[in-house]
Amino acid sequence: MGDWYRDLANSGVGSTLVGQLGLPRPAVLRRYEPGAPLLTGPAVVGTAGAGRLRETLTRVLEDAGVTVLPGVDDDGGRLAAVLLDATGGTGPADLAAAYEFLAPAVRRLGPSGRVLVLADPPSDADSPAQAAARQALEGLVRSVAKELRNGGTANLLVVPADAGASVPGPVRFFLSGRSAYVDGQVVRLTAADVPAGEDAERPLAGKVAVVTGAARGIGASIARVVARDGAHVVAVDVPAAGDKLAEVANEIGGTAFQLDVTAPDAAQRLVAHLRERRHAGVGPGVDVVVHNAGITRDKLLVNMDAARWNSVMAVNLQAQLDLTQALLDADGVLRPGARVVCVSSQSGIAGNRGQTNYAASKAGVIGMVRAWAPAFAERGATINAVAPGFIVTEMTAKMPFGTREIGSRINSLQQGGLPVDVAETIAWLSRPSAAGVNGQVVRVCGQSFLGA
Amino acid sequence: MAPQTRKAAIVGGNRIPFARSNSAYAQASNQDMLTATLDGLVARFGLQGQQVGEVVAGAVLKHARDFNLTREAVLGSRLSAATPAYDVQQACGTGLEAAVLVANKIALGQIESGIAGGVDTTSDAPLAIHDEMRRVLIALSSARTLRQRLEALAGVRPGMFVPEAPRNAEPRTGLAMGDHQAITAREWGISREAQDELTVRSHHNLAAAYERGFFDDLVTPYLGLTRDENLRPDTSVEKLAKLEPVFGTGDPDATMTAGNSTPLSDGASAVLLASDAWAAERGLPVLAHLVDAQTAAVDHVHGGEGLLMAPAYAVPVLLARNGLTLQDFDFYEVHEAFASTVLATLKAWEDPAFCKERLGLDAPLGAIDRSRLNVNGSSLAAGHPFAATGGRIVASLAKQLHEAGPGRRGLISICAAGGQGVVAILES
Repeated sequence: MGDWYRDLANSGVGSTLVGQLGLPRPAVLRRYEPGAPLLTGPAVVGTAGAGRLRETLTRVLEDAGVTVLPGVDDDGGRLAAVLLDATGGTGPADLAAAYEFLAPAVRRLGPSGRVLVLADPPSDADSPAQAAARQALEGLVRSVAKELRNGGTANLLVVPADAGASVPGPVRFFLSGRSAYVDGQVVRLTAADVPAGEDAERPLAGKVAVVTGAARGIGASIARVVARDGAHVVAVDVPAAGDKLAEVANEIGGTAFQLDVTAPDAAQRLVAHLRERRHAGVGPGVDVVVHNAGITRDKLLVNMDAARWNSVMAVNLQAQLDLTQALLDADGVLRPGARVVCVSSQSGIAGNRGQTNYAASKAGVIGMVRAWAPAFAERGATINAVAPGFIVTEMTAKMPFGTREIGSRINSLQQGGLPVDVAETIAWLSRPSAAGVNGQVVRVCGQSFLGA
Repeated sequence: MAPQTRKAAIVGGNRIPFARSNSAYAQASNQDMLTATLDGLVARFGLQGQQVGEVVAGAVLKHARDFNLTREAVLGSRLSAATPAYDVQQACGTGLEAAVLVANKIALGQIESGIAGGVDTTSDAPLAIHDEMRRVLIALSSARTLRQRLEALAGVRPGMFVPEAPRNAEPRTGLAMGDHQAITAREWGISREAQDELTVRSHHNLAAAYERGFFDDLVTPYLGLTRDENLRPDTSVEKLAKLEPVFGTGDPDATMTAGNSTPLSDGASAVLLASDAWAAERGLPVLAHLVDAQTAAVDHVHGGEGLLMAPAYAVPVLLARNGLTLQDFDFYEVHEAFASTVLATLKAWEDPAFCKERLGLDAPLGAIDRSRLNVNGSSLAAGHPFAATGGRIVASLAKQLHEAGPGRRGLISICAAGGQGVVAILES
């Protein structure tokens, strides 16, 4: 399942060839490994406007041992990250400051460099001019993301006036190798009680995480990453996949729970299991729920039979609704500060030929997450969706060559993502420090051209 | 010294689906299957790298190389390598006997937790070389001169190349187990129809249990099998009636067919037992407790008793010791070696003469409520990999009792080759 073209383009002869032919040159992305530093080089922080978050950004960087250069004028090596605090602007004039800071800084960005812009919400603006300037930043960031090469990403954090405390966790994620395949995204933060002092290496220590569809593919990767981050994983999959599920559970020191999430009593059984067992040596209940179980039953709408339609809806959407509702209703099962992360899909955003059922279910997940977010916020919890783009799995390996090649190249990073990229994003949203991310849809798609 | 005994808790179990002989598990060894079964149990209860007090298991058909089968399976599993293990063998009673042994050590405070299991393959069965060939080879290996070697080899005859396969026959009578049971069936007047009806109920109950997800936390798929291969959800008395008798065929009224007898099977099972405290410390459930157990043996060679009738003798002893009657149970698990075994055993308990003369009881034990018998299917449907059956029954019954609520009681009765029987009481 390797990326033959990326490897060719990064080889000696291949590199020359690709350069002469003017072909795209997908980079080997910087991905997180335990113990890796937040950034592999210095960062620079600029402002365009009053910049109320500059100090926060500097502190996050310095706490992580990152050298913060005083400005971009300094003659020096490559930058690992360029951060722009664009909060506190009044109108389009402030955009010039953004341009003036970013242009020379981005020129010096190193491999897998990060551009991260923080902005005020356009919806909270005092005037049309202010709203325009804030909205403009979105176009700027998305375009920078498309211009970056060599594995670089650009993302935008929208920070309401009262959400300053929510900033550090998301900033660390977008700068780190964990966000390797998250590009051109806009994430809106909200005010939340963010617990202080998170273990950088094991942020989920002492937590119990349920991951559905965990026997293989993206689900197995989610289980591995969430376990690596310290959680006890209750790995869930259909009984027929129980042998693979047991292998995953044994590999990560979790437990296997064979359950068909569409069974009439599935929610009741999951709740009973979480009540009966005391995983990870903590009280009964669950801290993190990842609704990953999903199926495809592709057919053009006109040829779609009811069984295909219904089975996709049952697994991909109805089960997420039913299990989540049951966990909310069961006293004490969803523990304080709970995190629910729902796997959606690029198809749910952009639509996809032959996937009316799948795309409908995955779009439904987005609607569900947005609708539930306020209720989750009330109990100090969050619910978010992650929408993978083209992710290289056993399933995509079976696609015809042409379809697979095109599918994997039509994004700003010019390559398919890996299951671990989806898993890292989910693990981030599961952290205590992601308390201020709620009701969001984060695409893990390398800034796909589809549905953008 | 432990001040007093305590009842061992049954935390849960795991088994692989049972396969028909020379089918899905044809290439799997006993060690492969037992290791996979232990790993499934480890995954279900999060025992990775943990040391349990003891793992006790066995196989009836066993290669010489498997002298330390259970310990080798432990070493190949995700359990801590510091987990001791030993093998037991009591024919078809192996699995239940293993559970009793583990439970007894827990009861005495000698261990806090343990795993009892069993495995058997009739596909990867051990073949022995001809006894005389074996003697030739031993002589050859101790020969020192060329002449001695040639003399030793001169003893080889063509017939010695025929390997000896294990036989499903009693060593002292030469009769197949089924043929023994056919005698018992005839003596007790067990009709073909009654046997076929019991068989159909076993298949239907097992199928229904799968359908309601009962086995979701009892079975882990293996080598492509997700359900017991022998299960025929759509079988019926009409279909079974078409089968020809295969045992006791010397009798024109022979009743035992391939349908109402268990098939040769491959498979493995394991049960996790512990003290209540051990389970509580780990946040694990207690499904039931193993209350008491009893074994018995009959003289099927000279004593005029049926080969598989020993449980009929063991149960009254167990009942008396626990102050219970045969009717004091919510569920009965009577191993279906053959449909007629179950029916003959139940009939014997209802028979005043048998209970008085053979069991020495004043009154018969009486009838049981048949709707409480093998409610999730038994060996006729699931198959019967000899040593794996006990673990299958203990885990299933414990779960059934747990579902029914606290204070429910279940009786297990398993017959075994050599005229033996192992019986036990579980209580939720």
